Amino acid sequence: MNEKKTFWQHLQAWVNGEEAILHADEYIKKREQPHQKRWIKKPNMQRIKENKGLYWFLCVLVSLVFITIMLLVVSHLPTFGQPINPTNNEVMERYLEKGIEETGAINFVAGMILDYRAFDTFGESNVLFLAVISVLILLKRDKKNINAREDRETEEDERFDRSDHKSILKIGAKYLSPVVILYGIYVVLNGHLSPGGGFSGGSIIGAGLILYAAANGHEAMRRFFTFKTFTLISVGCLLTYCGCKSYSFFTGANHVGYEIPKGIPGNILSSGFILPLNICVGLIVACTMYGFYALFTKGDM
Amino acid sequence: MEHVNLVHNIPFFSIFIAMFSGIITPLVKNGKIAHKIHMIMVLIVMIMSAILLMNVVKNGESFTFMMGHFPAPWGNELRAGPLEALMALTFSVVMFLTVTGGIEFIYHDVVPEKQSFYFIMMNAIFGGMLSLIYTNDIFTAYVFIEIITIASCALIMAKGTAQAMVGTTHYLVISLLGSGLVLLGICILYSITGHLLFPQIKESVMQLFQSGEYSFPLLVVTGFMFIGIAIKSALFPFHSMLPGAYQSAVPTSSGILSGLVLKSYIILGIKLIYSVFSVDVMLNLKILDILFVFGLAGMVMGSVYAMRETRMKRMLAYSSVAQIGYIYMGIGMASRIGMVAACFHILAHAVTKSMLFLCCGSMVETCGNKEQIYYLRGAGLRNPLAGIGFTVGALSMVGVPLFVGFISKLYFATASIYAPGKMAAVLIVLGISMILNALYFLPSVIAIWTPVKKEGEEAKKAVISPAFGVCIVLFILINIGMGIFYRPFISIIEMGISLLQ
Repeated sequence: MNEKKTFWQHLQAWVNGEEAILHADEYIKKREQPHQKRWIKKPNMQRIKENKGLYWFLCVLVSLVFITIMLLVVSHLPTFGQPINPTNNEVMERYLEKGIEETGAINFVAGMILDYRAFDTFGESNVLFLAVISVLILLKRDKKNINAREDRETEEDERFDRSDHKSILKIGAKYLSPVVILYGIYVVLNGHLSPGGGFSGGSIIGAGLILYAAANGHEAMRRFFTFKTFTLISVGCLLTYCGCKSYSFFTGANHVGYEIPKGIPGNILSSGFILPLNICVGLIVACTMYGFYALFTKGDM
Repeated sequence: MEHVNLVHNIPFFSIFIAMFSGIITPLVKNGKIAHKIHMIMVLIVMIMSAILLMNVVKNGESFTFMMGHFPAPWGNELRAGPLEALMALTFSVVMFLTVTGGIEFIYHDVVPEKQSFYFIMMNAIFGGMLSLIYTNDIFTAYVFIEIITIASCALIMAKGTAQAMVGTTHYLVISLLGSGLVLLGICILYSITGHLLFPQIKESVMQLFQSGEYSFPLLVVTGFMFIGIAIKSALFPFHSMLPGAYQSAVPTSSGILSGLVLKSYIILGIKLIYSVFSVDVMLNLKILDILFVFGLAGMVMGSVYAMRETRMKRMLAYSSVAQIGYIYMGIGMASRIGMVAACFHILAHAVTKSMLFLCCGSMVETCGNKEQIYYLRGAGLRNPLAGIGFTVGALSMVGVPLFVGFISKLYFATASIYAPGKMAAVLIVLGISMILNALYFLPSVIAIWTPVKKEGEEAKKAVISPAFGVCIVLFILINIGMGIFYRPFISIIEMGISLLQ
């Protein structure tokens, strides 16, 4: 075979894209050379299994290096709880000394996350919302991610669920879930007065809802909590959050005045926007928790 | 009531309007209405950013905006100057053109009942990118990095194919590694400085650096944060998630992710270099040199990987790796002009790569959803507009004069003169990389314009929607316009960087 012609063939093939493989194969067969490396890599399970030892070694090595670095850093960091630490500066001082006066919340944490640094918390509640929507995109049944067999399986599961009495769980849930949800509501409502708040209270409410759903099935749940309810609650809460904070950011940054009255610290109706914001965050968290549960078990709400 | 400067409110309005439209979109069941909401939102942000840019350039100022009633070390803050405004404007223009031009792909690839969810993610990712551009607070940056991570994974998997799931998983794992490193860095940084806002951290870091206290944690912090950002922006050794993800995603998503999302992390990195760690500290800790070396490696290796690739979208993904390498090389040169070149390349690549992905998607559709370059032969003749767009993009990426890619390469070469000890490396690698770029882009351009003699069936012309046509024409015009009238952009970037310090 003419060398020059082969080179041109190669070049032409390469310009044309995948052609190269077809020609390369013929070329290799004619020349009886060892098989060259294929251009398109396919995962080779055999090779992965052979290299298990190497991977194991590398994993351990990387982890050890990382652990050593982290331990070294920790040994160099300021000792926890010392008064001269860099974190004990004017920032923390003002949060603790003027927190009640400036935010009206007795719970400093609530004051910090929902007033001093409310923008971050706005981002965080959006993270939760987006997480549920991503799971919805992934798991909500549509014609692409479900087939007839899976449909039949879910149906069988449901039938099995209905025939199963689960009496201990049902009775337990019947008495427990109202209490759990009530306690969650208490934690949310007292977020500005006592430890807790939207995130912790919301997860307690979510746990109550999951307990109820696990015991009574999704049919019972659907009587009062459907996808529509979920959307309305999440969107409503986020909108309230967005509106309240837009108002307070705008007025605060431009020194417009019209501040929300703080009320008397210690009263349930006090501390400006913190109470409604806590309720919003709590509802979003509760919906997120239950939403994850429903989507991962049923692929629907 | 004092005098209210509405222009200073623009960063806050832009972020909130993006998040707001993300929040209200689930109420809309129809993808078309969701798209309209998204379009209007991006248009409003575009107009506002343009006003902001004109104002800050006219006054030559940068300002901070207090988010709420509490001043700097206690509350959150946003910061805007010419650089930020220019980035926000470019991002909104590219976002608008990419989504409008690629709308047919979204309607085609995403199931109808999930299209409105797709637009929630688009709005959220836009809000997140704006926040990363404008933020002056390191924790806010982290929160919005999280939002962008979740939204970008959702954008990749929205297609719902098995391949998309694999791509998403890979992308998610590597992105989370990056976010984790950034978060660890923020935690350690907080415990040694006691602040979360950029100016205050910078003060403490300077003090720590001069007194030599906590020098080891400081080194680890900078290392973690910049490695985290490098992973998130797919610098060379961490690029492995790109090809699979971009290949399997809707072309519109790939365009947004490659053109904008990767860049938003780099902009955060540039802000960190100037307003948190300061160039002196970074140089002393050798972090910039490391970024420089990996940038050089990325420039060559990305192109080498791209040459080996026979599927067009994967080739574009690897080309992104090479272009990210260019940006990091510019950052690593540690001179003002190197940074200007890097920032200009961010704009250039954003404008070009989104167009390339759209054109590639359209040509792949013309050729019956086959991605191999072999099957795309003659696609340019059947779908001329996409072919022209691809050609312009490819020429711009290679660095042909008149196109925007040429200017950034010119500036990289100029910047190398001001980088002592790095000049030879920059010039040699720049030359090699440009040749490699030409070696993989030009064959694909030749391939798409080669007529194929099909046995029997006549090649049918592609039907392209008017929106796609208009957007590609606008992209081409912007590309050539920025390649010819580049002076204003450079001077705005220079002004922005000098104000950032």
